[in-house]
Amino acid sequence: MNKEQTIEELKNIVKPYIQNQEAFDVLTEDTDFINDLKINSANLVDVILDIEEKYDIVIDNEAMERMINVKAAMEIIENKLSEKNS
Amino acid sequence: MTNQEIIAKLPYSKPFLFVDEILQINENGVEGTYTFDGNLDFYKGHFKDNPVTPGVILTEVMAQIGLVCLGIFLLDDSFSTTTSIALTSTEIEFLKPVFPKEKVTVISEKVYFRFGKLKCKVIMKNEKGEEVCTGIIAGMIISK
Repeated sequence: MNKEQTIEELKNIVKPYIQNQEAFDVLTEDTDFINDLKINSANLVDVILDIEEKYDIVIDNEAMERMINVKAAMEIIENKLSEKNS
Repeated sequence: MTNQEIIAKLPYSKPFLFVDEILQINENGVEGTYTFDGNLDFYKGHFKDNPVTPGVILTEVMAQIGLVCLGIFLLDDSFSTTTSIALTSTEIEFLKPVFPKEKVTVISEKVYFRFGKLKCKVIMKNEKGEEVCTGIIAGMIISK
């Protein structure tokens, strides 16, 4: 999985839900979905469902709770993809 | 859980309970009715000498029947007085006016219920069977 490409894909997924354009413009691995991008918790559910659809994976409650920033999202996507392909 | 038990569990009371009857309910959706009491307070001012049901109240009827009743059904035994309910988004088009004493039917179809968020496609019809409003409503329903 290419890191830059995944960050770019995640940016496209979160874009409709962000409330802080400046934080979005400088998005990095450490960008927090709620505190930086100001995505509300109801819309975070939509972000996660969009991630499931994009990567054809299933995110469980435990993974959902860990998915607080870009880095965690990338790790979870990578884990779920490797579980699926193993 | 019977339809009556679901209505009894709704966290609303007069003058803000907007569910009379649940016609059918299953894990994919719900259909219910409500008849607007002509004495409801907001008719005195919306509009002056010309009572029409406000769009926000139509939205509330759609949410109470389409989302909250369905949410209680889906949570089943894990629904209790400590369960938090909140409306999180609405996207509704209003097509026809609804006057005092009209009976409306709300038909809600679940889009998804994941991580405590329930999102539904909701339609309200009048007694002639005409669509009066239609849209997407979402809310969070979380048992602690």
